[in-house]
Amino acid sequence: MGRRRNIQLRFLAHARSGDKGDTANVGLIALEPEFFPLLVSEVTRSSVARHFRGMVSSVERFELPNLHALNFLLHGALDGGGTISLKTDAQGKVFSTALLRMEVSVPKALARKALRRAQGKG
Amino acid sequence: MKGPVRIGAGQGFWGDWLEAPVRQVRGGPIDYLMMDYLAEVTMSIMQKQRSRDPESGYARDFIPLMERLLPDIVRGGVTVCTNAGGVNPEGCAGAVLETARAGKLKKKVRVGLVAGDDILDRLDELIDKGHTLADMETGRPLSEVRDRVLSANAYLGMAPVVEALAQGANIVVTGRVTDTGLTLGPLVHEFGWAADDWDRLAAGTVAGHILECGAQSSGGNLLKDWRKVRGLRNPGFPIVEAQSDGSFVVTKHPGTGGVVSIPSVTEQLVYEMGDPENYITPDGVADFSSIQLRGAGKNRVAVTGVRGGPRTDMLKVSIAYFYGYKAVGTLVYSWPDAYDKARAADRVLRGRLRDLGLEFEQILTEYVGVDATHGRLAGPPSPDIAEVQLRVGVRAAERAPVERFTREIAPLVLTGPPSVTGFAGGRPRVEEIVAYWPALIDRREIEPHVRVRVEEA
Repeated sequence: MGRRRNIQLRFLAHARSGDKGDTANVGLIALEPEFFPLLVSEVTRSSVARHFRGMVSSVERFELPNLHALNFLLHGALDGGGTISLKTDAQGKVFSTALLRMEVSVPKALARKALRRAQGKG
Repeated sequence: MKGPVRIGAGQGFWGDWLEAPVRQVRGGPIDYLMMDYLAEVTMSIMQKQRSRDPESGYARDFIPLMERLLPDIVRGGVTVCTNAGGVNPEGCAGAVLETARAGKLKKKVRVGLVAGDDILDRLDELIDKGHTLADMETGRPLSEVRDRVLSANAYLGMAPVVEALAQGANIVVTGRVTDTGLTLGPLVHEFGWAADDWDRLAAGTVAGHILECGAQSSGGNLLKDWRKVRGLRNPGFPIVEAQSDGSFVVTKHPGTGGVVSIPSVTEQLVYEMGDPENYITPDGVADFSSIQLRGAGKNRVAVTGVRGGPRTDMLKVSIAYFYGYKAVGTLVYSWPDAYDKARAADRVLRGRLRDLGLEFEQILTEYVGVDATHGRLAGPPSPDIAEVQLRVGVRAAERAPVERFTREIAPLVLTGPPSVTGFAGGRPRVEEIVAYWPALIDRREIEPHVRVRVEEA
């Protein structure tokens, strides 16, 4: 495991979120197809539940290998959701970027590549 | 075999960019202009407007838009499909006909009206027949809030849209037809797809999903490499060029801004997604895990391989009911110690609300600039943060405590922690909360009541 390091998901994926009642969804999409297997192995139901601990009641995960994407349902995330919620983000529009804060462990070579990409040198 | 059918999106929601449909019609060839106006709570807002004015209850701005666009639409042979009718599709269709007549477009405009989705007047009958209309999320029966229901509409699929087109309509105005049905309807009409051709119906549904949020699939709100998205001053709204086999290309008019790319389309595909293998609509179930995307030139993405399954026996019903009251108050605290001052003000405010004996279902405090969007994940703010907005929201079943709360914000300016500003907006507004109650109903209770009528101007 020594040849790995932690980087933020934002260097590996982009995302969009939306709502359905009190549930926020986050579609997490690999920035490069080669990053997708890493999302599958590292961004699991339980690691995402840990990331959002205290902010959501439960997490579901679905795989979309055809789009190099994962879809997460974050239940109980919106303080009642819709018009009931008092939150600024009552419709869960930016839960996507909250997930991108998560740190994941990746092989060092891949981390270098992902960080270089972010600097526009990828 | 028939050539491609071009469907352009004109609105992603009620309140979307007013220029979009105009540029969509004038910016290049399209066969259909699809405009989705209805979100989950839109119907209840429209119902509220209609209770004050029986002539209203639909997307009013659709009428001046038609006034502006009808000549182009007639000249270009464009057909409009929209759910702008809201809770009063008859009123909306009538207003379009009047507009056409006033604009000397008699005999050139045929308005197709789709109604029968509104089941507000039938609720008691349906409940008596044993339909519980239980909340899909909580399982609670509708009877619990029956006396507070403000609107109830079944989501109709593409069938009545197809019927209106078959009868020669060139402007189809509906009530609560699904967003995707407004795109699928024209495709079924043009290509004659069978009602059980599940793969093609699913493909048309995916096309509808890509169009239904307007520019959100063509560069708007695109996170990936967002700095490289050019020309959002004049974003090209998405256009689907569909073939009879169900494959289609997503594109936009030449000379417009934004971008149509695999990332832009993918972000829209995952938007508001549940179980991707079961995207349920009244017309069938689409499997989003079957979608194949391929670059097909500049600002062109080809979509193929979509698979689908049979429709279910149930239709979704969108019910809105009166829930209670809420208000949100804000104040801005400046450096130094901005965050600490805002937190101290929150403690003072909460103490006063307690001393007044006010009871709320919830009090929520957010610190904009610190934790409003990402909560604790954002980490502690910089001790040097320039300003923090204190944002306190309350919710209650009764109006009185919420009303009293709105009078407790401004006094903090002279009676609380220092360096506070940003209260020029005055007292917060008490808002009535209209909440959403999603339910299911047997489609056989709805479909016999659906009405389609085409009238010439």
